[in-house]
Amino acid sequence: MSSEISSILLDQADRLFAQHVTRERLADADAGHWPEALWQAVEAAGLPLALVAEEAGGAGLAAADGMTLLRRAGYHTVPLPLAETMLAAHLWAAAGGAVPEGPITLGPCNVSDTLALERAGTGFSLRGRLHRVPWGEQAGHVLVHARDAGGAAHLALLGRAPAGNAQRRNLALEPRATLDLDGVALAADAVRKAPALAEGGLLELGALARAQQMVGAMERCLDYGLTYANERKQFGRPIGKFQAVQHMLAIAAGHYAAAAAAADFAAQAWGSARFGFAVAVAKARAGEAAGAVAEAAHQVHGAMGFTQEHPLHFATRRLWSWRDEFGHEALWQERIGREVCAAGGAALWPMLVGA
Amino acid sequence: MQAFQFDTVTLPPEAEDMRRRVRAFLAEERAAGHLSGRGSWSAFDPEFSRRAGAAGFIGVTWPREFGGHAQSFLVRYVVTEEMLAAGAPCGAHWVADRQSGPQILRHGSEAAKREILPRICAGECFFAIGMSEPDSGSDLAATRTRATRTTGGWLINGAKIWTSRAHRAHYLIALVRTGEAGEDRHGGLTQFIVDLGQPGVTVRPIRNLAGGHEFNEVFFNDYFVADDRMVGKEGQGWSMVTSELAFERSGPDRFLSDYQLLAELIDRVGKAPGERQAVEIGRLVAHLAALRRMSTAIAGMIENGRSPGVEAALVKDVGTNFERDLPEVARRIVAVEPSVDDDEDAFAAALADVELHAPSFTIRGGTREILRGMIARGLGLR
Repeated sequence: MSSEISSILLDQADRLFAQHVTRERLADADAGHWPEALWQAVEAAGLPLALVAEEAGGAGLAAADGMTLLRRAGYHTVPLPLAETMLAAHLWAAAGGAVPEGPITLGPCNVSDTLALERAGTGFSLRGRLHRVPWGEQAGHVLVHARDAGGAAHLALLGRAPAGNAQRRNLALEPRATLDLDGVALAADAVRKAPALAEGGLLELGALARAQQMVGAMERCLDYGLTYANERKQFGRPIGKFQAVQHMLAIAAGHYAAAAAAADFAAQAWGSARFGFAVAVAKARAGEAAGAVAEAAHQVHGAMGFTQEHPLHFATRRLWSWRDEFGHEALWQERIGREVCAAGGAALWPMLVGA
Repeated sequence: MQAFQFDTVTLPPEAEDMRRRVRAFLAEERAAGHLSGRGSWSAFDPEFSRRAGAAGFIGVTWPREFGGHAQSFLVRYVVTEEMLAAGAPCGAHWVADRQSGPQILRHGSEAAKREILPRICAGECFFAIGMSEPDSGSDLAATRTRATRTTGGWLINGAKIWTSRAHRAHYLIALVRTGEAGEDRHGGLTQFIVDLGQPGVTVRPIRNLAGGHEFNEVFFNDYFVADDRMVGKEGQGWSMVTSELAFERSGPDRFLSDYQLLAELIDRVGKAPGERQAVEIGRLVAHLAALRRMSTAIAGMIENGRSPGVEAALVKDVGTNFERDLPEVARRIVAVEPSVDDDEDAFAAALADVELHAPSFTIRGGTREILRGMIARGLGLR
């Protein structure tokens, strides 16, 4: 897809989110209702298939543009598994599968969950349990990563998850289900060899998506904070005229800028040999920034930001959850640390500049 | 939010060619024993600067007619980051290459350009910065050093302070008052090239807390400066220092000051770090990777003719905080007592050096408080 058409699609998505992700819809999603009308609008715009190649029926967005789309979704706190569906659709199409309609979620979403794939008659059967799968109950399909007895990585596409799972929610009240997949049977064509991008699992892709979403939500927090600081008057002037408030927002802006740069780095590294390192940098840096930006945004808003009436919480509650999903900062930092220490001090610079 | 933007930059092939050239040069320098194991990039080494100039690493973006190499800012960016990461002693030529030369190139007289720029490119002519004064540090608009007209030029009287390397540089560019400040306080300031070897200027050393002699106080007593040493036009000084500071603030020297300590820390921790060590080092590397990305974006913006003032302030604020954080993290994860003279423990020596110099990181080139004010202005809060 040409960059011009990409930017049109991104603008359209931004307008769609701004129009359809209303306070009422967000509150309704918080109350546990699946926002079907919103999903329909998003699907009609072709966004779930944004990262699927054009010849496979998708929009064929470049990976970096797809990541920008996730930032816009994060900015508007879209209460849907859009990131999960975009990634799952991309992977399943890349593996040669036909992408189904409707929301698709994916897993495993953390390092401690693994799935085993066993032969069962002409098909396969799964062994294992997944924790905190985004919209695991609501999604029409679940794309899972599983290894066979020989250690080979596969992707399997399940229909709706078996009922009776533990329903859990994160701080933003987004569904995060536990899925017991022990003995779930799969037809032969529901299992495919994992494409290179997902060979090692889905953690990196999920972390990349959450990093982009966090950058978007941080931008929203800053927008709220700057608007409020210029409007709210105390001691006869807008609170944004006080140096203490200015410096707090300047520090938050630095965190946001660094997180955005790290997320750009990972988006650009999509599919390259540096992808794992770049994703680790992005998730670690964005996760650290998320806490700092949310804190500053709340501090600027005073008591008003601590209410349900002001929409700031839709962004900050997501930041507090997203930073811990698909590996918290320490997990990614430790990965980076082990990699650079194993390589030694002299190897760090070439690793940083990629040359 | 539209306040700032860091566009993704892909370094062109000629920049990567230059990276190979710089690395080959540095490998030769190392082999010849010119680079100490742990160098500080700000070390003043005229011989090194001469060799770097001869190799084509100074005045990279300037026109050939003035001794430059007519390359892009992205190529220059690669030269600087490779020099800094290697801890090469660039202190002698750094200011001339980074900001004084570009100012003279854009705003200097033809005579000044012809006389000075080729010598900078050759690594033979060094500059200091004449902005701060005893009563005018962060508040440059309060500059009191004054130039008054005389036949064929100006007489300068007053004093500059915190003038790094003035005792070894050939010139400095002085920001002086030539008229009234006006309502916005930014008027009446003009920049002049001051030849530190001429009569009427004296340099008094100021030792820093680490015992080093880098900065100075510089006194002007009826110092005569010819008309053709004015940089820009009379009264333009404020806008010129503002754009000059964007160059000064945006480069990789604002987050790589203590890079060598990070490399030492990694080696000290070893190939099998403990969990906490790995986490802390990984955090630092993630910060560094993001900063480099921001800094290359700024080089790309300069190349495209934009003036990234707010972005530069952001990089310097985030970058110098990273520099301040690094020794604090290092001492948390490695039990070592910093030592100013331990020649058996490179890490202890590196840590000592960085700890003693760290306070300057968030002051030089604009304090973090000034930077945060600039960022706030960019955010629409002032």
